[in-house]
Parts: sequence; structure tokens; C-alpha cells
Amino acid sequence: MRIAGAAWCFVTPALLVIGVFFFLPVVAALALSLTDFDIYALADLRNLRVVGLRNYLQLLQTPLFWQAFANTLYFVIVGVPLSITASLGAALLLHSRLARFPAFFRTALFAPVVTTLVAVAVIWRYLFNPRYGLLNYALGGLGLSPIDWLGDPRWAMPAIIVFAIWKNFGYNMIIFLAGLQSIPEPLYEAARIDGASTWRQFRHVTLPMLAPIVSLVNVLTIAGYFQLFAEPYVMTQGGPLQSTVSVLYFMYEEGFKWWNLGSASAVAFVLFLVIFGVTVVQLRLARWEHAA
Amino acid sequence: MRGLATALVNGLLAGAAMITLLPLVWMLSVSLMSPGEASTFPPPLLPSQATLDNYRQLFAHVGMGRYVVNSALLTTTVTLVSLLFNVAAGYAFAKLRFAGRDRIFRLLLAALVIPSQVAMVPLFLLLKHLGLVNTYGGVIVPAMASIFGIFVVRQYALSVPDDLLEAARIDGANEFRIFRSVIVPVLRPIVVTLAVFTSLGTWNEFMWPLIVLNDSDLYTLPVALASLSREHVQDNELMMAGAVLTTLPVLLVFLVLQRHYIQGLTLGSVKE
Repeated sequence: MRIAGAAWCFVTPALLVIGVFFFLPVVAALALSLTDFDIYALADLRNLRVVGLRNYLQLLQTPLFWQAFANTLYFVIVGVPLSITASLGAALLLHSRLARFPAFFRTALFAPVVTTLVAVAVIWRYLFNPRYGLLNYALGGLGLSPIDWLGDPRWAMPAIIVFAIWKNFGYNMIIFLAGLQSIPEPLYEAARIDGASTWRQFRHVTLPMLAPIVSLVNVLTIAGYFQLFAEPYVMTQGGPLQSTVSVLYFMYEEGFKWWNLGSASAVAFVLFLVIFGVTVVQLRLARWEHAA
Repeated sequence: MRGLATALVNGLLAGAAMITLLPLVWMLSVSLMSPGEASTFPPPLLPSQATLDNYRQLFAHVGMGRYVVNSALLTTTVTLVSLLFNVAAGYAFAKLRFAGRDRIFRLLLAALVIPSQVAMVPLFLLLKHLGLVNTYGGVIVPAMASIFGIFVVRQYALSVPDDLLEAARIDGANEFRIFRSVIVPVLRPIVVTLAVFTSLGTWNEFMWPLIVLNDSDLYTLPVALASLSREHVQDNELMMAGAVLTTLPVLLVFLVLQRHYIQGLTLGSVKE
């Protein structure tokens, strides 16, 4: 009994913080999304009315919301596979017995992950500069014509994807590396005795052993990429022609620029449901593949 | 054949390291150039004459010192308080029995799938009601505990042998004493890891401080830098100096403590 009492003393502060400042707001977000909470309600709560699903229906009729949704999907669908491929490639290189100075390279490749996103976004905005940027200088060296990276609606999202991969791939690289290191060496020895080539070893030993980690990394990376916000905020402010407005950027402007807090809560909830749906489908698929 | 493969692997690694490091090294180099020097073609790699003028201007005219202090203060406070709360809770969830323990823990785990942004709008209203919007408290209070932190501490604490606790109890130590003098030393590695994680995460945090801090005197470095970079689009050298001040501290902390940081990544395999 004395132990249980002490246990409650240990967990209560943390549970109180999480309960009041996370669980309560999440539930409140659902309630808020069913009201017309706006700048007038912010001034005086008597202006608040319950409007049911009107915020959601209105969102579905807002072209900018659909555009933000499409932009975010573009970022996820193109960005995640490229990013995971880069992570896996880098992890395989680091894991290779041929690699010299693996500790140095691991630190070097991981460094962008710990940098401050806003700071490196400022750097990359300059690297992408159409006139003075290093990127176009390099393109020129290859004989290609310069690209207006952040000023051309066709190129702005690809530019943000390039930046996001640079910033993030090291994170999953470390997780893949730990996975590679945990594959038992005898499996490779057996494959070599059977005369399997390096490629076949990769295909039939490495990949299957890594599969559970790949699917976990997939789920987490997709959820993370759906939360795109700071990159467009710093690099493009959603432009040009709203080609980089993400769902969260839209939510931020809706809520904290125009003070349509009811509508912003609805956006947040839609985003959550999408992430949740995609996660569930992926876990199902992974289990199904496992069973097959 | 083997020589070729070695050259290929190391060549690719060197190329990749060039790509990750070049922007950071270049940031440092441009921050030492005089105004306008970086806006020429071809882009210069090194300053013709290195100068600290940009840094001087940031502190003298842009009030960068204030932002450095804000960031340092918030990071330290959040890290210390959240460590205390998360470590205590994580330990209790792992080693102490109490009614509803497993059900509460499962609820916490399930909530990991909810993106923190879902809570932001009501959290803003709640903090406004409590008078915490536009104060340091607005950043600190919601960050005083995290599910992720509790989770990693619990996973680590599960491996603490029960005998250790029993022995201390037989010696007549009460639970708080046991926590302080037996548990905390045993959990030291995970405490250090979590401390590195939390402090880097708090320092780098952008969206929430942007929302909750309106007064520029309270801005953290990332919020200040984002706002400055919108005003000073053309002042590349000045902005690079700002980027250096913002990100160099975390890079240095990482370089010194990277063993702990990378341990944490593979231990939790869960994003904050």
C-alpha cells in the first residue's frame, strides 16, 4: 500500500501535465471544430455558436484547403520513398566492411538531423537562390540552365523535398544501421557457402531481416512528413501561387492569422484522421505481408 | 575487384558527407563575409577578408543577445523539469505496482499517434485563459512532461532488478529515498540520453513558440531568425551569422554527447 501511494506521487505530476495540456486540448479540439469559434468569440464567449459539421463541409468547399492537401500529399508521396531510399543506401554504405572511418562518416551524415530547422532552411533558401545560389552554379557546371527553385510553382515543392531529405535522412539511417548490425553473421556465412552473390545476399538475407524495421520506419516517416510546416513557412511562405501551402500551414494561417479557431481545429482533426487512416492501412498491409 | 569496391563505397560516402556538410561549412564561411560579398556570381566559397561585423551587428542592432538568453533559459528549464517528471513517472510505470497502471500506460502509448498540432488551438485558448500566452510559461508549462520521455525511461527501467529495490526496502529506506539514491544512479545513462534529446528538441522547436510568443522580446532563436529572415531577405551574410548562432550550439552539444543521442534514437525508435 505504501508503495502504491509513492507510485502515485511519482506519476501524478507527469500525468497531470499530459492530461491538462495534451489530452484535454485534443478532446477540446474535437468540440471546438463543431463551433464557429472566431475572433468575436475570442473577445466574448457569448458570440460562440455550435454549428455541427459546418466547418468540415466548408473546408471541403475551400479550394485552398484542397490545394494544401494535394501539396502535402505530393510532399509525402515523393519525399518519403526518396528519403527512405537515401537512408537505407547510406546505412548500407556505413555498414559495409569496406568503409573507412565509419564513425566519422556516421557523424557527418547525421549532422543535419540535429541542426535547427529554421537555421538550415535559411541556408538552403540561399543555396536555391536563382542568381547567386551554389545549386544553380553547379547546374551551370553540368551545362544545365538555371532553375528558379523557390520562385517557380513547378519547382518550389521539389526544392522543399530536396531540402527535407537532406535534413532528415540521417535519422532513419541510424535506425537502419542498428537493424543491419543486429542481423546475425551466420546467415551471411551460410549464404556465401551456398555461393550467393552480394546482390543475392542483400535480396534474400538483408532485406527480409530488415523488413519489420522498414515498415516501422515507413509508418513514422509518413506521419512525420504529413506534418510539413516550418520549411514552407521560412522558405516560401506558402508560395509561389500557393504551391507550397501545406495542411499545417493552412491550419496555422486559418487559426493564428485569421483567428478562425473552430475551422482551424477542423483542419487539425482532418489531418489527424488522414495520418491515422494511413497508419492503420500500413500496419494492416505489413501484417498481411507477414502472414503471406 | 575488391579495390574497386572499396573505392566505390568510400567515394560514395565521401560524396554524401560533402553534401551534408557543405551547406553547414558554407554557412560559417558566408557569415564571415562583408555585406553584399555573397551576392555575386560565381558564389564565393571563402571570404576575401574574414570579419565578425555581422555578429557584431546582430548583437548591437538586432538584439540577438536577448534571443540567445531566451533560448538558453527555456531550454534549461524545460529540460530540468521534464526530466524530473518523466524519470519519476517512467520508473513508477516500470517498477511500482498501483491500480490501473497498465491501463493508463496503454492509453499513453495509444496517444502517441496523435500529432501534437491537433492540441495546439485549444491549448492556445487554455493558456490564454491561464494568462500564459506571451510568457515564458506558455512554452515551458505544456512541455513539462512528455509521453515519449516516460516511454523511454520505462523501457530502460524494466531491466532494473527487483532485488535491488527489495534490499533497499528491507534496509528501511522509503520509496523517495530509494528513488533518489538507488534508482536515479542506475538510470543515469537513460537520463543523460533523454536530457540531450529534450534539450536539443526544445532549442530547435519552432511552431509552438511561434504561436504562443508574440512579443519579440520573448522570441527564441528559431522564431527570431524566421522573423528576421522575412525582413532581411537580401542580407545573406547577416542571416548566415544568425543561422550560425542558432544552430552551432546544438551541433556542438551533439558532437560532444553524440553517443548518448544515437543510443536514444535506436532505443526508442519512436519520434517525439
